[in-house]
Amino acid sequence: MSTSAAPHVGAMLTLPGDAVRQILWRFSDRFDLQMLVQSARGVARGPVARMVASGERNTHEWTPAKQAMMEAFDAAGITAAFMEPEEGGFISGPKNLALGLAAFELAWVDGGAATASLAGFLALAPIHERGTAEQSAHYMKLAAPPQPGEDRKIKRGAFALTEPIPYVGVDTGLLSGRVRVAEWKDGEEPMLQVEKRGRFITNIACADFVTAAVDSGDERIKGSCVIILEEGDPGSFDRGTPTKKLVHQLSSTGDPIFSLRVPASRIVGGYTVKDGRIVPNFTHSEVIEAVFRRTRVTVGLMTSAKLLSAVEPVIRYQRGRFRGAESIKEGSLRYEMGIQQREDALQRLVDVWASGEAGASLGFAAARLFDELDPLEKQKTALMAERGINGGRAEMKAMKEVELRAMELLTANPTPERRAELEADPLVQYLILDAAANVLCPATKLWNTGEGTRQMREAVSLMGGYGITEDCPGYLANKWMDAQLETTYEGPEAVQRRQLTITMITPLFLAQFRNWIREMRTIASERPGTGACTLATAMTMWMWTLHYTQTATDADGNKLYTGPRQAVTFALADALCWLLASRCQILDVQELEARGPEDAVVAEDLPATLQFFRDLCHTQAARASGEASRICAELVYGYNRHPAWDADGHKACFLADEVEEYEGFIPGLGSVALDVIGQHGEHPFKAGPCAGCAGSADFLHLQNKLATCLTGSRLAKDRAAETVAKVMIPEALDYPA
Amino acid sequence: MANVFHIVVCSGIVPDPLQTLEPAPGPTLKNEMMLPAVLDPWAASALYEGAALAAKHAGSKLWLLSLGPKAKLQQVMMTVGQKVPFEFVAVDGPLGGFTDATSTAAALAEAIAAIPGLDRTKLLLFGGWESASRGAGVTLQVAGELLGISDQFQGVDEIKVADDGSFEVLERIEGGRHQQSRCQGTPAVLGWATGNLPEPRNSPQVGMANMRGIMPALQKAKSVKLDANSLTYASVSLPKQQRETRLVRDLSPDEIAREIVQWIAE
Repeated sequence: MSTSAAPHVGAMLTLPGDAVRQILWRFSDRFDLQMLVQSARGVARGPVARMVASGERNTHEWTPAKQAMMEAFDAAGITAAFMEPEEGGFISGPKNLALGLAAFELAWVDGGAATASLAGFLALAPIHERGTAEQSAHYMKLAAPPQPGEDRKIKRGAFALTEPIPYVGVDTGLLSGRVRVAEWKDGEEPMLQVEKRGRFITNIACADFVTAAVDSGDERIKGSCVIILEEGDPGSFDRGTPTKKLVHQLSSTGDPIFSLRVPASRIVGGYTVKDGRIVPNFTHSEVIEAVFRRTRVTVGLMTSAKLLSAVEPVIRYQRGRFRGAESIKEGSLRYEMGIQQREDALQRLVDVWASGEAGASLGFAAARLFDELDPLEKQKTALMAERGINGGRAEMKAMKEVELRAMELLTANPTPERRAELEADPLVQYLILDAAANVLCPATKLWNTGEGTRQMREAVSLMGGYGITEDCPGYLANKWMDAQLETTYEGPEAVQRRQLTITMITPLFLAQFRNWIREMRTIASERPGTGACTLATAMTMWMWTLHYTQTATDADGNKLYTGPRQAVTFALADALCWLLASRCQILDVQELEARGPEDAVVAEDLPATLQFFRDLCHTQAARASGEASRICAELVYGYNRHPAWDADGHKACFLADEVEEYEGFIPGLGSVALDVIGQHGEHPFKAGPCAGCAGSADFLHLQNKLATCLTGSRLAKDRAAETVAKVMIPEALDYPA
Repeated sequence: MANVFHIVVCSGIVPDPLQTLEPAPGPTLKNEMMLPAVLDPWAASALYEGAALAAKHAGSKLWLLSLGPKAKLQQVMMTVGQKVPFEFVAVDGPLGGFTDATSTAAALAEAIAAIPGLDRTKLLLFGGWESASRGAGVTLQVAGELLGISDQFQGVDEIKVADDGSFEVLERIEGGRHQQSRCQGTPAVLGWATGNLPEPRNSPQVGMANMRGIMPALQKAKSVKLDANSLTYASVSLPKQQRETRLVRDLSPDEIAREIVQWIAE
């Protein structure tokens, strides 16, 4: 058995530090990111933590302290992290991992602080992703912190998409905000009148400009767009009333009302005039698609940060729980270990920890993937433009041919020369990464926040009554509540599931998924004890079930995997997320094993650290596989009508006489034949004869295999729990409570 | 005439003050290599004072010299590098808690002597008067002596430079008072107490500029082995009463003072 092969290396000595994290999340050679982490941490565990401790979350209003927090972000370089060096930033190239790391550090203390930092990026992102060069240069410069010698105030932004019910929210197409032509003189830039009401708009209290989604209210304007509104524009820039949130109170949220006159040059991405009509170059949907597919990953990482931040305070609470009692003598087991004497307390914390690690691994993998994808996307756009292809159907047609080559690379085992050729093709690489990113992004947002919220509840409960007080070290109750908001904003869970149901069945993703199964088997054979084998079996079962639901019908002959049948499609999406998170966690630990010896700090205790992380992987893989197995079994069997004790049902049963007769030449049949009908129709006491379905033998074989694959997973959990009981923690939390 | 200083700040790294410190055979600190480290707070004050002095006197230069395991130094520099502009000089050696002060001072003096472009007639050797680790309290003095610098000041809280290059130094003495000294000029050794400057905010731009020098400095850091000489430790233990950490909020200074007095009286 895999875990029995694990040599005894002792318990990990200290909580994993920066050096371990840098390897796990692949930024050990990026000192710009390491500095950003330290800066963000300084703000989070300094000013932000003091604000939370002094009750700044208890008001919905925008206070001087909250404004000072924004200035602390500026001073620490967090605001500039979104920008290129020439725009006032300090990080070159794609910044998905950078923003993820900054948000992770801030959310370690307070989700609202992280949101406040992200909201500015969210406002700029439409301009950054789809804006004209002039718009991008102008607004990035305004939003950048002043450089030495400059004397100006930073301009902050807010992104206004959501509108009061019944308009845009979950359905981003239901816009009520309108843009009309106010004045259009010959040869001059058209002036537009924008009417927009927002709801739950983050950063609105301190925003100097807003990127707002609006639809045309004028036949001289075609379709929707995102448009930039500034505070000084003629008209009304009303920030509205603050939203009475129960969570994330360090960020400003409100319901603004805008009625402003702006030049048409404020349309994000520009416009063309065709037959006397203003045609925005990008619809609002095209803009927000480019924005959200990146920023949602960061939100998922915020929730994972909460789980990992809970580990230290929970351990400290558990160990010190009985200290000070008259009858508890110093040096006694109860004094030293407190609640950690009990297996349950330890193992539940292992679950919280493992979930946090899996979420972080998934989120950072997604962020890195987007960092790889961004330059490829630019290359693709340039190549298409070179070929005179401008998006839409023409691009889809052109990419169809590329898709064939991408599939060849993924599935056809090409010769080394051909492989090198395909791998060097940026369009092939783009399609492959894009297919994976389209799954990993919603998976991060959905799983990290959803399962993260459930696990935060667990973390709170591990602190007893203390957990639900304001004084709880690590602000765990706040984090639990905050996590619930994170499941919702930037697209609630249903939106993520809906996206997954489309993207997870693309041939390019499924081809990669099959390769990932092989990858897990390889890891399992080389490094038993990570849970990779368990996971590979569960992934195979998921594939089988997907195929089954795509081809089988329910008891009434209706198809299973169809758009409207969300009970099927969404459930499969949920199961997939568990598997993806577990896979990323295992890959990170592989990286730690490969790179750990190069780092003197990590190398010091590498065997024990690796063992602990592998045990967490194994624990998580077992849980993920269990979840997937449950979901798959429900889908495979749940849509068949259970056989009854009627004529049809009896066809699958033995008659008592038959059993007696066959017993002569099939000895033992009587003991295995369960559904036996007596002479007078008597039958066993159960709902009906046991059910089966087409292909159920294959499924049962997989499920049976999965059950045996769980071997050793609880031993791994025991070992992880032992480490939780022994690992050295600091004297006190490094931020106030 | 403008005063130009070549300021070298010697600073070790120590475990983050919130970490659990437990002596282990060696002697050493249990798990010290894996504990998060910070720049020794006393020497950090010296660094900020040195940076402020260098900024005030055009043409001055600031070096930060640190002896410690390279990997730990790199981690610490990710924060320190964002504070003030400096050139980094790294010496790859063991962590400093229980090393011999004479060997350490010799390694530092040798590294200082080898700094390219350093004008030793303009040298101000800065460092911490004390250390957050087991401070021997003599390392800086010995390094200064080895470099032939006899003007030495310890427990410094302030330096004021006159136009002629001479300077006044405030040194802490007993009874909460300062001793005021006047020195004709460089070279001199100043072991800093806390100084008067706050910790600068992180500046990523400063960090990126520093990193261009820090990473190569770490790569070419000379490795040193510090001899124990005749130094032996009979036993090592923590002053337990002083490690009772408690986090309290909303307590006024008066209440804190009252608690401390009460605790001492006990």
